[in-house]
Amino acid sequence: MKNLFKRTAAAAAAAVMAMSLAGCNNAGTSSTASDNYGGTGSGDIAGTTSGNGGKLVIGGIGPITGGAAIYGTNVKNGMQLAIDEINAAGGVNGMTLEMNFQDDEHDPEKSVTAYNNLKDKDMKLLIGTVTSGPCEAVSKEATKDNMFMITPSGSSVNAITSGDNCFRMCFNDPQQGKLEADFIAEKLSSKTKVGIIFDSSDSYSTGIKDGFKEEAAAKGLEVVVEEGFTSDSNKDFSAQIQKMVDNNIDVLFLPIYYTETALILQQAENKLDVPVVGGDGLDGLIGVLKDKVALADGVYALTPYSATASDEKSVKFTEAYKAKFPDADDPIQFAADAYDCVYAVKAAIEKADIKDANISSSELCDKLKAAMTQIEYAGVTGDSKWSADGEVTKNPRVMQIKVTDGKGSLVDL
Amino acid sequence: MSFISNLLNGISLGSIYALIALGYTMVYGIAKMLNFAHGDIIMVGGYAAFITMAATWCPLWLAMLITVAVCTVLGVVIEKVAYRPLRSAPPLAVLITAIGVSYLLQNIALLTQSANPRTFTSIAAGAPPFLQVFEGKGAVFFADNPYADEGLKPILTISMETFLAIAVSVIIMVALILFINKTKAGKAMLACSEDRGAAQLMGINVNGTISLTFAIGSALAAVAAVLMCSAYPQISPYTGSMPGIKAFVAAVFGGIGSIPGAMIGGVLLGVIEILAKFYISSQLSDAIVFLVLIVVLIVRPTGIMGKKINEKV
Repeated sequence: MKNLFKRTAAAAAAAVMAMSLAGCNNAGTSSTASDNYGGTGSGDIAGTTSGNGGKLVIGGIGPITGGAAIYGTNVKNGMQLAIDEINAAGGVNGMTLEMNFQDDEHDPEKSVTAYNNLKDKDMKLLIGTVTSGPCEAVSKEATKDNMFMITPSGSSVNAITSGDNCFRMCFNDPQQGKLEADFIAEKLSSKTKVGIIFDSSDSYSTGIKDGFKEEAAAKGLEVVVEEGFTSDSNKDFSAQIQKMVDNNIDVLFLPIYYTETALILQQAENKLDVPVVGGDGLDGLIGVLKDKVALADGVYALTPYSATASDEKSVKFTEAYKAKFPDADDPIQFAADAYDCVYAVKAAIEKADIKDANISSSELCDKLKAAMTQIEYAGVTGDSKWSADGEVTKNPRVMQIKVTDGKGSLVDL
Repeated sequence: MSFISNLLNGISLGSIYALIALGYTMVYGIAKMLNFAHGDIIMVGGYAAFITMAATWCPLWLAMLITVAVCTVLGVVIEKVAYRPLRSAPPLAVLITAIGVSYLLQNIALLTQSANPRTFTSIAAGAPPFLQVFEGKGAVFFADNPYADEGLKPILTISMETFLAIAVSVIIMVALILFINKTKAGKAMLACSEDRGAAQLMGINVNGTISLTFAIGSALAAVAAVLMCSAYPQISPYTGSMPGIKAFVAAVFGGIGSIPGAMIGGVLLGVIEILAKFYISSQLSDAIVFLVLIVVLIVRPTGIMGKKINEKV
């Protein structure tokens, strides 16, 4: 009996080991596969036709493990897709682009380490970082080094305020809140009693909420209930929902991620029947709700991109992404932001007429930051222009989730 | 009515904490170690249920059975591989190992299931609410809203998930108390928790008893996983970590090592959390929960049901 027990335990342990190794293997091969794709597919073309400019290393930093891994993975894939496309088409001004993406696990300290690591690996410019907190830490370092950076998705105000080397592809948080208050006031004009549930442990959520409240007051909206939650208690929303019911709100504003939004919608079923307006992260709602997607019918989201959007640019990007990463989940807006970042940088490089990849990163930064304010780039996430403070100007895009025959998609209003 | 509604929501949340806390408290009582991987066993159970329930060949009862089996085997294997070799090591080493196991499980889940949260299909999906109360019409059990045509909405609804969470936890707690006090294996557990050395001298297989404890604790984790994922229908590699910590708090609250204590601690924790959220501040609810814990521990250092240990000189 004892022997049998020992043997089973050993076998199980071996199985666990094999499982974890298999996991590693999977990750290993898939990344080499994409590296190979980038390396051989494009490197050769660049090498034979126009590779005189050398290799320009673009750094990327974001969480590809940990709780925020989905954002980093999307950014990494979006960058990879754009860079491979550009290289396959002959590179930029004779230079081949090369990506070096480092994991920061959504941790500011690890992010700075990754940044220093990338500098040693000859990074010339940075696309990143993906999340706001780490972005604030890294941007300070990048300003000291005069390293050009553009964050696809770091939306807190302070993520790019350290210097004129920092740019942003998405709206900042208060800007987003303001746009959403404008939307409710103008398009849902009969709905004046607003309830808010926000994540008080998250600067993204708090930032949007503050911007929203300021604009709401100016536009005659009344915020009747303002309830928070923290990342430590983000499963049970029954108390918050009960308060919304008791206060008879007209519209529910959720400046939070789709993970919690999905739970709120499920817990509010049959209890709270009001329109829901959410932030830019809600495009993940359809994917996460799957067969309960009917709950998300009618939800408004301020989002620049969705995998189900039917406009030409979005469709083209989504198809290219799915073809390149067939095993990955559908892309979310972070992938589109990252993809646009690479092309915006390409446009700036062309504008500044940089031809030699051996340029120092500081000199490159000076040229790029001048060029960034001159370019206009029509991307997947909209027609973008940048001001000298690094903020982007583009049309806000409010989409609504429509569910037909059990399938959800985001459609333009 | 919103008070009753909040109270029931709190009891439902608390029942889930209680189920998890039972696993913590049993392992602590008998092996004298904090199994911080317990929350992640719940996560594995959640995924096991998620995957088997999605498979068309697998009926619900079999899915539940597989989930319980997966968690039980996992718990026993973890004990055998990671904790048993450290039986005589200082408690700190075991604690660190437990944290290591917790991260190992999380990262395996991350690699194999991705960080994307999945929506769980409740085991009571499609079932009518357990109870609906209508103004002036009385209560309706186990039925869809009969007054929907008149546009009447219930003023109080208890979902099937809430009912199941409460009912199942009560049944399990009673069964567990009977098992420990009435069966030989249960008495062996009691003996081990009182004095491991003496139990061994009396011919009790201590290692086997500890394995059994882990098996039962992990099977409870599987049940908690299914109930939790049904009530809060989402699963991700980090699903287990926060409820795990809250349940640990509940176990300490009720008196770690005590089975009724874990139950009472869990339910109280859930009720305080929801009521604090509703009546005081939704942002401060955790602070209030832990404040209550501190006060309780100052007044009763061994927790609500904890035994007073008199040190003999």
